[in-house]
Amino acid sequence: MPLPSARPAAALSVQSMLPALVVPWLAACDGPQSILDPAGPAARGVTLLWWPMLIVATVVLVGVTAAWIVAMLRRPRDFSPEEAKRISRRWVVSGGILLPAASIVLLLGFGVPVGDRMLPRRGEAPLRIDVTARQWQWDVAYPGDGVVLVDELHLPAGRAVHIHVTSADVIHSFWVPRLGPKIDAVPGRTNVLRLQADEAGSLRGQCSEFCGTGHAHMVLKVHVHTEAGFSAWLTERAAAAHVGGKDPAGATPGGALPAPAAPGAARNPPRLVSGVAFLP
Amino acid sequence: MAAVTPDQLHDHHHGPTGLMRWITTTNHKDIGTMYLIFAFVMFLSGGVLALTIRAELFQPGLQIVQPEFFNQLTTMHGLVMIFGAIMPAFVGFANWQIPLMIGASDMAFARMNNWSFWLLPPAAILLIGSFFVPGGATAAGWTMYAPLSVQMGIGQDMAIFAVHIMGVSSIMGAINIVVTVLNMRAPGMKLMKMPLFCWAWLITAYLLIAVMPVLAGAVTMVLTDRHFGTSFFNAAGGGDPVMYQHIFWFFGHPEVYIMILPAFGIISHIIPTFARKPLFGYASMVYALAAIAILSFSVWAHHMFTTGMPAVGQLFFMYATMLIAVPTGVKVFNWTATMWRGSMSFEPPMLWAVGFILVFTIGGFTGLIVAVAPIDIQVQDTYYVVAHFHYVLVAGSLFALFGGAYYWLPKWTGHMPDERLGKIHFWCSMVFFNIAFFPMHFLGLAGMPRRIPDYALQFADFNMLATIGAFGFGLSQLIFIVVAVKCVRGGAKASARAWEGADGLEWTVPSPAPYHTFEEAPVVR
Repeated sequence: MPLPSARPAAALSVQSMLPALVVPWLAACDGPQSILDPAGPAARGVTLLWWPMLIVATVVLVGVTAAWIVAMLRRPRDFSPEEAKRISRRWVVSGGILLPAASIVLLLGFGVPVGDRMLPRRGEAPLRIDVTARQWQWDVAYPGDGVVLVDELHLPAGRAVHIHVTSADVIHSFWVPRLGPKIDAVPGRTNVLRLQADEAGSLRGQCSEFCGTGHAHMVLKVHVHTEAGFSAWLTERAAAAHVGGKDPAGATPGGALPAPAAPGAARNPPRLVSGVAFLP
Repeated sequence: MAAVTPDQLHDHHHGPTGLMRWITTTNHKDIGTMYLIFAFVMFLSGGVLALTIRAELFQPGLQIVQPEFFNQLTTMHGLVMIFGAIMPAFVGFANWQIPLMIGASDMAFARMNNWSFWLLPPAAILLIGSFFVPGGATAAGWTMYAPLSVQMGIGQDMAIFAVHIMGVSSIMGAINIVVTVLNMRAPGMKLMKMPLFCWAWLITAYLLIAVMPVLAGAVTMVLTDRHFGTSFFNAAGGGDPVMYQHIFWFFGHPEVYIMILPAFGIISHIIPTFARKPLFGYASMVYALAAIAILSFSVWAHHMFTTGMPAVGQLFFMYATMLIAVPTGVKVFNWTATMWRGSMSFEPPMLWAVGFILVFTIGGFTGLIVAVAPIDIQVQDTYYVVAHFHYVLVAGSLFALFGGAYYWLPKWTGHMPDERLGKIHFWCSMVFFNIAFFPMHFLGLAGMPRRIPDYALQFADFNMLATIGAFGFGLSQLIFIVVAVKCVRGGAKASARAWEGADGLEWTVPSPAPYHTFEEAPVVR
């Protein structure tokens, strides 16, 4: 279920042109968990880094392979041994030392800012969501609202969300590929991941650190609402939780949320998904 | 050429015969042969595990095996291939070739050599036997991450003990190689005149001595966490699961180079032989090997970018990892320079060597891409990583091993390997390898995690393709059995210098190499 495109124009042009240019097969890497089909800024940053790297790597590989073929097939004019040695040495120094060294510097120039974009920032008021992984399910809690879901994550679009990830047993890894990078759920630690979704829609996450028998089926359904839809949904769920005996504890998370309930957002109570809910 | 005719060979040895000969042997050639046969048997066993995995993944859903057993398969495939197949195979090459290459009569510690081999079969029995105990083999992944490995049954303990025993075997083998190379070289063979395979193994041996104890420590801590109430990796008891990963990968990353440096050594012999030119840039090749080995100690945490590492840590490990591209690039271009203007011919060893450079370079580039922390955090633990490390381990180490086997089979058996079959073996392996593993890059990019027996529908096509390739690759390896058996039993007689362009002391002794060689050390000028 790809989201309708709402990417910035620059990103759109790069991402729509490059697949056609490079390897048509990569277009087949589509689908609800595709890294190459970002639905949020963090994931988009990675794809913007990935495509140039792929192109450069491919060009260099083709170039180097061509050099080998020439080296193997061509019987050029005779060089004196000294000349041949000098030419060879020039190749080893330029191809073996300068080329990788230059690539590394270039890569770091691009890589560092992208990595930086994934980190939590000071001074923003993000929505906090606590995710506790356990064998083999995701417990998703909205602190302050008393709402606890299983295997289901609801987010507002266009707003930073801090996911506080921990584990109740072994190591798991929280990953919604189209939103952004993964973060391990480690027992005894709480890792924070900053995510933001572009648009309302449905996404799919999956545990990506091997965690035992149920690992393959540890899937997280992600629902991205509009800001209004999300607050309506949260209010409704919080009320239900309150009726159910829990204290909603007053405070709304993060910033102020519009109060009136918008229709349409997740009316069904979250299901406890224990087994296979596996088709995209 | 052959200065010694077969009837002049001193091939009578005075030890026991039959089975006892092999159990009690201290001869480096016997022990090398046993290592190689052991490694090949383990390679086929690990291959059967892999094909069962691929058969299950042919289609989405659970068809052939249950998830519990599938996880045992992936775990054991990794352990068997790394500790049972690739590492012992290189030690087998070391046993056969190092004394022949440096003009020594045998390994330095001949009895310890026997013991380091004979530790392996019990370890293998322990490892494979764990499939048949209650709860089955360990299913914690070959990395045995705590706390998951703490949950496992007795199969985990058997795997830990198997790793201990194999580690002891590796350390003894490594000490033997270090002492042999440093003390038993023929007069006149200075270190910087030593064949590159010996250099590669000398450096590898130091890596082994440095990191195998670290692995032993890591798995022992898992063992005490499991049974003796310690809390090294138990967060509830004040431990930290991430600590296990630091310790494990401090072993695990040098381990990667333990499995590839000897391969570099083999390739550095094959290419000059079939280009009929001396290796270009010998000294820079040695320095590059050493640089890779030293850098390998400072990159381990690039396996752990997703554990919640501070940004500074990510930057350091990202930079250090990328630095490895420099010495590796030097090696690749030195091989290219060796081939340039050579009189090339493409017998099977050369095919494997050239194939190695191509596919290994692809693996190198995918490695460079995952070294970038933000990209790694996306593709970590997906099939992209599976594709990457099979490109460097199968197309890297394994292709070099086959190249080396075809290259030295004439020296070992006295017969030339069947050239036509060797070429078929290579081309089938090359084609099917790429059919099996190239689509895995796409699977990873499409978001398929590794180590899952069941997957969502969008991954179905590439998985089907990968399975077809894997079966083709697996069946292609049977050709090698035919080649090896034919080569042992007969075929064109090999001269002492079996390959026209071959150079080195091992080609000065007759083919097959007599049971005892270099009883008087040759003099190298």
